[in-house]
Amino acid sequence: MVDEVLLRRLTPGVIGVLVRRGADFASAEDAVQDALVEAVRVWPDDPPRDPRGWLVTVAWRRFLDATRSDVARRRREDLLGEEPPPGPAATADDTLQLYFLCAHPSLSPSSAVALTLRAVGGLTTRQIARAYLVPEATMAQRISRAKRTVAGVRLDQPGDVATVLRVLYLVFNEGYSGDVDLAAEAIRLTRQLASVVDHPEVAGLLALMLLHHARRAARTTPEGRLVPLAEQDRSRWDTGAIAEGVAVLQAALARDRLGEFQAQAAVAALHADARTAEETDWVQVVEWYDELVRLTGNPVARLNRAVAVGHADGPRAGLAALAELDPSLPRHTAVSAYLHERDGDLEQAARLYAEAARRASDVAERDHLTRQAARLNSRHRPAAEPG
Amino acid sequence: MAKYLLLKHYRGNPAAVNDVPMDRWTPEEVSAHLKYMDDFAKRLESTGEFVDGQALAQEGTWVRYDGEGRPPVTDGPFPETKDLIAGWMVVDVDSYERAIELAGELSAAPGAGGKPIHEWLEVRPFLTMNHTVSE
Repeated sequence: MVDEVLLRRLTPGVIGVLVRRGADFASAEDAVQDALVEAVRVWPDDPPRDPRGWLVTVAWRRFLDATRSDVARRRREDLLGEEPPPGPAATADDTLQLYFLCAHPSLSPSSAVALTLRAVGGLTTRQIARAYLVPEATMAQRISRAKRTVAGVRLDQPGDVATVLRVLYLVFNEGYSGDVDLAAEAIRLTRQLASVVDHPEVAGLLALMLLHHARRAARTTPEGRLVPLAEQDRSRWDTGAIAEGVAVLQAALARDRLGEFQAQAAVAALHADARTAEETDWVQVVEWYDELVRLTGNPVARLNRAVAVGHADGPRAGLAALAELDPSLPRHTAVSAYLHERDGDLEQAARLYAEAARRASDVAERDHLTRQAARLNSRHRPAAEPG
Repeated sequence: MAKYLLLKHYRGNPAAVNDVPMDRWTPEEVSAHLKYMDDFAKRLESTGEFVDGQALAQEGTWVRYDGEGRPPVTDGPFPETKDLIAGWMVVDVDSYERAIELAGELSAAPGAGGKPIHEWLEVRPFLTMNHTVSE
């Protein structure tokens, strides 16, 4: 077996070396993909002493082979020579520049995600296609279009960390389908980013991902049923990931440059910190949502704030906070159902849960809301006999 | 990044502007229509947005379970049910607006007289699976 994680980790640095030797990004990226495929084929029988050096050599040879047929062949060979001296070692800057390029603002979100997973993440087109449930040919086109879009972008331009974080967060939220765990991959890429750039929001996003991921095993039953936070078996939370997330977050907060990911991570940390649902410090959760609303004005943050207010100050206060928000917001009806149930208005809650299920955009969420409505509607009668 | 179903009905949808049945078109018009659909799918693949496209036979059969050890009950085939799905295309796009734009282009496929059919298509979002749910 080839250590695929090692291959993925080496990918951006190897692309960086090729680019610094004079290859354009698109060709360098193609050549490195070829080298990765070759490594998976060759390494099990003939493992290299220096995996990174091996990849650089093979990728460079592939690059030269590919450009040989080009009209620019002679110029390139004159410029670069057949066997160039080993380039300078890949630097943290190479990797960072690749993150910026793959999340370039000229790319659509889906293109930025696909390009990041391939060039920075070292995933194959097939793996990315499977993870996003689209045909491989479609994903290949999406990636080559993305590469054409950024063809004119110079790799030494400073980029925007915020755009990179949005892309990584999209990958994280995609969760889990196909043979690649995208949430775990997003954590790896964010951790790697944190190692090459010193930025409190990168740390904030890493902490947020770790704290959410720590609860994943408890969040669904083996059959895929959603388990609400209050009902989760907290002994199944990953305490190692929680400890790391909290430490990363505290270091970031100490720098006093608050951003939205740090604020979200702070909420997640408060949940992770409570040994039981009843011990949750809802007053502090509300305060962090206040910060988040102040930072972003995001309506989803306001919606989550209404839930927290419902716990801190009672369901009536939560409903009052909810009344100020646009009812067409996603999950508005679900939140309303929840607060009505806590307020003891079970008839209204049941009706709202059913309506929220009809509006849900996720299968697991829809099924959960349907079950909530069914639970309330069946409270006066015994469970129906099966069959 | 969301998937949408662009659904084409034979019946059950409001009438198209250029509402002439396909068998009354000229053979060239039929060919032009099919080529338009084919090109549309190819173009979507090149933009990295194509997921699937299928056409369905007109006739379908209703089937239901009829109890342990019994074969399923069938009814039909019905050539004349109220609503009939002709086929679909599935796209994976960045926004709802893009899905609407693509459905609009698909509805412009040429029909009788080489003019756009302006047929009504239904756009339905896919429910997501296994997304990390916020708490």
